[in-house]
Amino acid sequence: MNMLSRKAMDRLFTFFCIASTALAIIPLGSMLYTIFVKGFSVISIDFLTKLPTPAREAGGGFGNAIQGSFIVVGIASIIGIPLGIGAGMYLAEFPNSRLSRIVSFTADVLTGVPSIITGIFAYLLIVLRFGGFSALAGGVALATMMIPFIVRTTEEAMKLVPAELREASLALGAPRWKTSLAVVLSTARFGIITGVLLTIARIAGETAPLLFTAFNNRFWFDGVMNPVATLPVMIYTYAISPFEDWHAQAWGSALVLVAMILVLNIGIKLAAGRRW
Amino acid sequence: MGNKIEVLDLNAGFGSTHVLKNISINIPKNRVTAIIGPSGCGKSTFVRCLNRIHELVPSAWVNGRVLLDGKNIYDSDVDPVDIRRRVGMVFQKPNPFPAMSIYDNIAYGPKIHGMKAKLDEIVEDSLRKAALWDEVKHRLKDSPLSLSGGQQQRLCIARALAVEPEVILFDEPCSALDPVATAKIEDLILELKENYTIVIVTHNMQQAARIADFTAFFLMGELIEYGETAQIFENPRDKRTEDYITGRFG
Repeated sequence: MNMLSRKAMDRLFTFFCIASTALAIIPLGSMLYTIFVKGFSVISIDFLTKLPTPAREAGGGFGNAIQGSFIVVGIASIIGIPLGIGAGMYLAEFPNSRLSRIVSFTADVLTGVPSIITGIFAYLLIVLRFGGFSALAGGVALATMMIPFIVRTTEEAMKLVPAELREASLALGAPRWKTSLAVVLSTARFGIITGVLLTIARIAGETAPLLFTAFNNRFWFDGVMNPVATLPVMIYTYAISPFEDWHAQAWGSALVLVAMILVLNIGIKLAAGRRW
Repeated sequence: MGNKIEVLDLNAGFGSTHVLKNISINIPKNRVTAIIGPSGCGKSTFVRCLNRIHELVPSAWVNGRVLLDGKNIYDSDVDPVDIRRRVGMVFQKPNPFPAMSIYDNIAYGPKIHGMKAKLDEIVEDSLRKAALWDEVKHRLKDSPLSLSGGQQQRLCIARALAVEPEVILFDEPCSALDPVATAKIEDLILELKENYTIVIVTHNMQQAARIADFTAFFLMGELIEYGETAQIFENPRDKRTEDYITGRFG
């Protein structure tokens, strides 16, 4: 091939790559733009702090849903983070055991389970047994979604720790459990924290698992065994309602949710760049 | 002068690979013993058998006897964790714990062994013995990664000294260092032999000639020749030793 056509091919290919990147970014930009334009006018201090009002009645807000989202995600984190990190450590420390292969396979399958199925699981496990929708059930559903991601991220981060560090610790006469915790886990902590925060950002927007677990509530949080409002479910409820002002409020809460997740994501990127 | 370690018919390997073949050797107390030989001859595996680190690799196996002060460290009533405290190790690449400060790197070992009183003293003492104290005394809380490679390696030596071992194994401790840092480590090893028994694996024959009292030549997993360093280098008995030290192979 002569030089001219080689350069032409080069340019064509570069153009193709740039065009694909642009096409991939357009939906994201368009979505953020629409949410911002439609949602921004609704946002106010009242919107962020007050309870919702009945349809066609002006004012009111989504304060309870914001509070509820924090609580449900908090419950999910309390359950999911220790279990996920524990299982991930096991996979990293005993990669060849039989149990490891089972856990690893289970984590892969769990990652692919549709979120509505996770909701049904929590419904059967908590809602039916304790006689009602609850914040706890919502937390368990989200925790079930979190665990496989945290397992993988912990395993990967710990496997990146060089074997020489592990050996240095063992050569000092440190027992294996101490080596895993004080040397391997603590060396991997940046990677694990980043992975955990990204997982939280991912599940905070989940709707399907909450529909028949946390359900919804028009009032403030009232104990973990009672239904609780969350942003995704509120958005869903308001968006499919027949009322114009509810639609506007759904846009507003969509903006709040997206902003929270974006802040978390950007924060992680900045902190990871600076190695905490 | 007695023997600190006596190795009798040691065989070791990984899975179906037989790395060490019938090694028998006596390591004298308070002396520097160098292990030389070409890559893949089993030098590292040999020293890793002396503190039971070898067996941590999946599929690794070992048999034979290693007597430390007359007691076989592979006896079933011996705790490998206790052996690893008594027989310290310094690795090829400096490997300080990156998530801990300089101070905590040294204090880690003593804390595990319950030497919690006088921790500050142990840290200072270990750093002094490793000739690093003056360079780091004002920044004990800093990350060890802020140190140069040679300083990191001396930090690793201090870390090994802090648990009060009796023997220190050096596995090619200078292969990642420049000549100045290498000279410092060598001086340090000569000072340390007053109080410790030292085994050093090295690729560098000049290094063995400079610091070792005794030298062992390994080839393909076998101990070919062992004796006083001067005799090995000036008057080797075995043809293969002569070929190696005159640079004919390896």
